[in-house]
Amino acid sequence: MNIPLNISGPLHNWLFAILPPAAAGIFEMVIMALVYLAIFAVAGLFLVLLERKVAAWFQLRLGPNRVGYFGLMQTMADALKLVSKELTGTEKADKFLYNLAPYFVIITALMALAVIPFSSGFQAFDINIGVFFIIALSSIGVIGILLAGWSSNNKFAMIGAMRSGVQTISYELSVGLSLLTMILLTGTPQLSGIVEVQKNGWLIVQGHIPALIAFMIYMIAGTAETNRAPFDLVEAESELGAGFHTEYSGMKFAYFFLAEFINMFIIAAVAVTVFFGAWLSPFGITESIPWLGVFWFLAKTLAIVFLMMWFRWTFPRLRVDQLLKLEWKYLLPLNLMNIVLMALIVWLNLTIQF
Amino acid sequence: MSYFGEIYHGIKTLLTGMGVTGRYFLTSGKGAITQQYPDNRDTLQMFDRFRGEVVMLHDENNEHSCTGCQKCELACPNGSIEIIWDRGVDAETGKKKKFIEKHIYHYGMCTQCGLCVDACPSNAIVWAQNFENSVYDRAELTRVLNKPGSKVRAGVEE
Amino acid sequence: METAILKSPFKSEEYFVNMGPQHPATHGVLRLLLTIDGEVIKKVEPDLGYIHRSIEKMCERDSYQQIIHLTDRLDYLSAHINNEAVCLAVENALELEVPERVKVIRTILDELTRIASHCLWWGVMGMDVGALTTYFYGFRDRELINDIFEETCGARLTMNYNVPGGLRHDIHPNFVKRVKDFVAHFKTKLPEYDRLLTGNIIFQKRTKGVGVLSKEDAIAYGASGPVGRGSGYSCDVRIHHPYSALHKVNFNEALQTAGDAFARYQVRIQEMWESLSIIEQLIDDIPEGAIQVATDAVIKLPKGEFYQKVETARGELGVFIISTGTKNPYRLKLRSPGLSNLSLLNHITVGSKIGDLVAAMATLDLVIPDIDR
Ligand code: SF4
Ligand code: SF4
Repeated sequence: MNIPLNISGPLHNWLFAILPPAAAGIFEMVIMALVYLAIFAVAGLFLVLLERKVAAWFQLRLGPNRVGYFGLMQTMADALKLVSKELTGTEKADKFLYNLAPYFVIITALMALAVIPFSSGFQAFDINIGVFFIIALSSIGVIGILLAGWSSNNKFAMIGAMRSGVQTISYELSVGLSLLTMILLTGTPQLSGIVEVQKNGWLIVQGHIPALIAFMIYMIAGTAETNRAPFDLVEAESELGAGFHTEYSGMKFAYFFLAEFINMFIIAAVAVTVFFGAWLSPFGITESIPWLGVFWFLAKTLAIVFLMMWFRWTFPRLRVDQLLKLEWKYLLPLNLMNIVLMALIVWLNLTIQF
Repeated sequence: MSYFGEIYHGIKTLLTGMGVTGRYFLTSGKGAITQQYPDNRDTLQMFDRFRGEVVMLHDENNEHSCTGCQKCELACPNGSIEIIWDRGVDAETGKKKKFIEKHIYHYGMCTQCGLCVDACPSNAIVWAQNFENSVYDRAELTRVLNKPGSKVRAGVEE
Repeated sequence: METAILKSPFKSEEYFVNMGPQHPATHGVLRLLLTIDGEVIKKVEPDLGYIHRSIEKMCERDSYQQIIHLTDRLDYLSAHINNEAVCLAVENALELEVPERVKVIRTILDELTRIASHCLWWGVMGMDVGALTTYFYGFRDRELINDIFEETCGARLTMNYNVPGGLRHDIHPNFVKRVKDFVAHFKTKLPEYDRLLTGNIIFQKRTKGVGVLSKEDAIAYGASGPVGRGSGYSCDVRIHHPYSALHKVNFNEALQTAGDAFARYQVRIQEMWESLSIIEQLIDDIPEGAIQVATDAVIKLPKGEFYQKVETARGELGVFIISTGTKNPYRLKLRSPGLSNLSLLNHITVGSKIGDLVAAMATLDLVIPDIDR
């Protein structure tokens, strides 16, 4: 497997120089895994903090500001607290599934992180069906939620899990179709290929009207995929208490919690990759400094993450039947129309290219 | 067409809502409505009518103006005030007189209704504005309002 | 109750969920026994009594001055209005005529209480349907009213400002200015409430056609306050039996005919506007004069039965006193709006989803201590 990572280039050469190829390969993979785990943890903790700060600013509050400068260590402290907490569980829970569920959620989130092109070359796993890989992974995550709700032996948790199942099955159609619309434009589902195409202008500009519609649909469906407000029926606080993770405590709860934030990050990162030129700078202003790509990528991702937070702290929650109506009556037909429109535009060469 | 009209209308209302929260987000620097409570203890000023805790006023001679008339005890709806009184002889006039031994105030039972303070004819008890009243032991909430060794101010009559 | 459920012949799909006594949507210690089929509610049984304090019985023990502070603890969001109800009942029984100044101040405080209560309800309503930010915006405005209360009455919630025959003390010198500032402030914030929540398509979808209550049922169940008026039942005590200074002001009764959750929501928003207008009509010329008429230190009501009703933020509160001529009431019965409004919960939510139950319950605006006296 080719691991095209620029920064690990010297490391790669050094490892292969001192170790036999097989051992060096394994060793390199382990290092990569550790790097990604670190990214995962830092990104998760940072996003939780960001969410709390942003929520506070929307709500005329101060937000966490005690632990560390400006409250920066707050989530660290919370994580420490969660690690040290007792793991409780219900008496009649299906123990095996109950313990398994958090890992489903967290591992799928981690795997999806691997295909994100953070910068030119900074991508652990440039699979040739990148977009489909992400869609497929996001549907595995829901199994974890279903298991959690089912095995907890709690009726509220089960209602939450069933809602989650219904929701994810419906909305991944929209996520898939809106990304498919954009693949019509790029001609490849490989993420690095998608980025390559955008050197002639970001896809949202290239594809103009249908791309914009696809982006809106993707944002709505993506928010629904991550089970965030206004689609947070899974853990609808005023209805179900805490929903599917009612019976989880300590680190197991933290896994669900972190995974939610990482999923949000992934949805935003995919949006940036597919619509906003990934790590490409606007108008190529920093073309000559490649490592700034990471900066651009993160800046764009955070902008979209902020948008999702803005949704969450503004809108009321939908009801479960309205959720389905929105998908099947509005998003899906629009999406299908949009694909046809996009196909026409690509066929008639009406795209905007620089 | 109403299908698309509905979508347009829906998106418009959503954006209006986002405008409201967005404006607050942008002006959040100056508009926090919450306070950093334990940090601003020194600057916190309660309103002067705030009913925090019943206290008995003592002057510098350790004298109060409670005559032991028990009006506060009677006015209290839930028996938070208990007055232990005795009769003694007034040193100046030589007449027999009622005086308090202990003015016991069960703060744990008090509902801060204010009837006792209103009932007191000699303004011996007043409201203090303190607001941090948690204790670890319930017994601490039973307070004796007259300070040890204090006596009633001369001239205060029942 | 448990046995009744065990005996009932369950269909295989139905199951049973305890909502409460600790549940975010019940706003207090109320327990709802839900029979659910999937997401669809088959039956709602409220289970009361978790915070029963036997206030009515305690009233039989207390003197009339002492009773008032207990009514603070009924519907704590309308504390001032509850106090006033007892005071009015006692004053009527004694045939006392309180000074104009007292009446005007009481009415202003009533309407401030109503706005404060509706602000809190608006915030919590938003939270119940999932818009968490409304909570803080509602509380921001309510805190300003609480400051006014604290400055004048000495407490933020359990004010105990009324006494039989008048007010405990005069209004604070800052009162008028603060109230005027608040009115000006709140007039800019109410349209914001509309932009943020009322107009929102998701909110409208969540509340329109949910928890529908017909006018006939509203009357049959004894609904009052915004719940009754949302169904087109004109039941505002302030209009039909004006008390205190209400005969001096012009205002409209907020009426909606749809009878659904959204209608009840609109009634409350409209009521806040009306309350603002009442305050504006009164605040500029509060008449001078005494703030109390002297009563005996021990108030003895004449023998007989006395009833007084007022409009709290939740509906009609009735105080019924039977006196045998002693210093305590022989019996004091409170007719609280919350209990009758709760009684129609099952009626309006059967057949709807769990989310609808929460939305409908939020528009009933239940305060549990009002129900469990
Ligand atoms: S404030 Fe009320 S409850 Fe407290 S001691 Fe005085 S009379 Fe009793
Ligand atoms: S505090 Fe006042 S009312 Fe109470 S016994 Fe003393 S003088 Fe009388």
